[in-house]
Amino acid sequence: MSAQFRQDFAVIANWIPFGAKVLDLGCEDGSLLKFLEGSLEVKGYGIEKDDAYWLNTLKQGINVIQMDLESGLSGFESQSFDVVVLSQTLQAMRNTEKIVHEMLRVGKEVIVTFPNFGYWRHRIQLIQGQMPVSKSLPYEWYNTPNIHLCTIKDFDDFCAKNKIGIKERLILTHGKPIHVMPNLMGALAMYRLVSK
Amino acid sequence: MSEKNSVGLVKAKLAKITTPLKLTSGKKLPSYELAYETYGKLNAKKNNAVLVCHALSGNHHVAGRYKKDDKYPGWWDNLIGPGRPLDTDRFFVIGVNNLGGCHGSSGSISINPKTKKRWGSDFPIVTVEDWVNTQAALLDELGIDSLAGVIGGSLGGMQAIQWTLSYPKRVRHAIVIAAAPNLTAQNVAFNEVARQAIITDPDFYNGNYYRFKKKPKRGLRIARMLGHITYLSDDAMGMKFGRKLKNKNIEYSFDVNFEMESYLHHQGDKFAEEFDANTYLRMTRALDYFDPAKDYQGNLSKAFKKVEAEFLVVSFTSDWRFSPQRSKEIVKALLDNELTVSYAEVTARHGHDAFLMSDPHYHGILSTYFKKIANQL
Repeated sequence: MSAQFRQDFAVIANWIPFGAKVLDLGCEDGSLLKFLEGSLEVKGYGIEKDDAYWLNTLKQGINVIQMDLESGLSGFESQSFDVVVLSQTLQAMRNTEKIVHEMLRVGKEVIVTFPNFGYWRHRIQLIQGQMPVSKSLPYEWYNTPNIHLCTIKDFDDFCAKNKIGIKERLILTHGKPIHVMPNLMGALAMYRLVSK
Repeated sequence: MSEKNSVGLVKAKLAKITTPLKLTSGKKLPSYELAYETYGKLNAKKNNAVLVCHALSGNHHVAGRYKKDDKYPGWWDNLIGPGRPLDTDRFFVIGVNNLGGCHGSSGSISINPKTKKRWGSDFPIVTVEDWVNTQAALLDELGIDSLAGVIGGSLGGMQAIQWTLSYPKRVRHAIVIAAAPNLTAQNVAFNEVARQAIITDPDFYNGNYYRFKKKPKRGLRIARMLGHITYLSDDAMGMKFGRKLKNKNIEYSFDVNFEMESYLHHQGDKFAEEFDANTYLRMTRALDYFDPAKDYQGNLSKAFKKVEAEFLVVSFTSDWRFSPQRSKEIVKALLDNELTVSYAEVTARHGHDAFLMSDPHYHGILSTYFKKIANQL
């Protein structure tokens, strides 16, 4: 598997039916869709704003639409995709609530993944008086694109408040599932969401 | 761009099509001629042909030069040649002068075989659908069953779309640049001002000015000046001319004071010499009438039901004549039909004219896409 292969790809693939129609928001270089097309023969479309990422996605032979997610998904019909994926991008969105609702409108099912701000390594750094920098949050406070960081507990509350159904939840650290005290021990949160 | 990547010296050819053409308007042409050029070689499988469709004032001279000392090469030379994005080492590229044009194909300035006189105002009004039918007839002449791709900007992009509707089995890829699924009311309005400038020119003689050895140059010049304003962005004009004066001081006259005026006059004069007013009228009408959704209660997604081709759609951020929003309408209709499509919104300051520029990112997109097509041959 290529160096770009991320630990969350395999889990995402497990949650996607064979031959599904998949929309990947913020698809970067299209690696996830390339992987899903190869393994599950999905019909994939990526959305990417950045020119360089957009071109790399095209180079991989993946359909890619250049647009800014902040403006919503108005170019997509309701329930027109089997699965809509937002992989490690939620924390960088300005209009967080809007995009989650848009994803649930367009997709029959939604997969969201994000770095858990409640992870113990992050908490220790905060106790030591510094903003956390880690593998899952590799930026300094002054150059981070992450403006809406949250913990697993925060996201659970967000789903409850917005009447979003959690079909499945998986918490990973170094690629391994965490079952005990996930909000403290988990680095990466992965959710399967549906409209309630 | 170096000369060594040029297609070099080229020659225009003329195809005489004798299969009668039934036009959208209901009129018929028993026969007609099409001027065209080709670059690169048709492969043995005859599956590497790419058709380049031209916009309002273009023609079949897309790349290369007729003579070494020609001042300018073909109008999209920066795109086409060995090693250029539309690589003539891989593709057989065809440029056609659209029917009704004034560069060699049958049109108002050519001779009506029936009367042995210039067609003038009698030349029928043609549509994008008609053009695509004539282009398909040219492919038949050349022994080409299907196109690897069809590419066009602006009105050329509309022809690329129409290809996928009229001949879904004969085109595998459509590259639609700075185009729209139809004209906005504002765009139709611009076209009407341009036409009125021509039609009300005293030298127009109802379109039969050839007989009087006249040309409605004043009208054509104003039409072109107006067009030019809309092809550029406010930003591009500001950068290029700003409020720069032609001479040092304001002259308190109606002569050319500003550099901007000087540029517009130059463009207008040049165009009025080279172009034919009847062709200009017909090209703008083809733009106005293009609307594939009109037979589907305005529903473009329904109109695209029969499309099979894969699409690359490109727009430019500063293009206000064919804005990115219009390209997104095309993309949405393709997505609604689960077709293969990629869409790029290129950051550019040149307005509508950006589609003819060689911005590295823009050309990188086209280059990547044509490589994908080449790998499928």
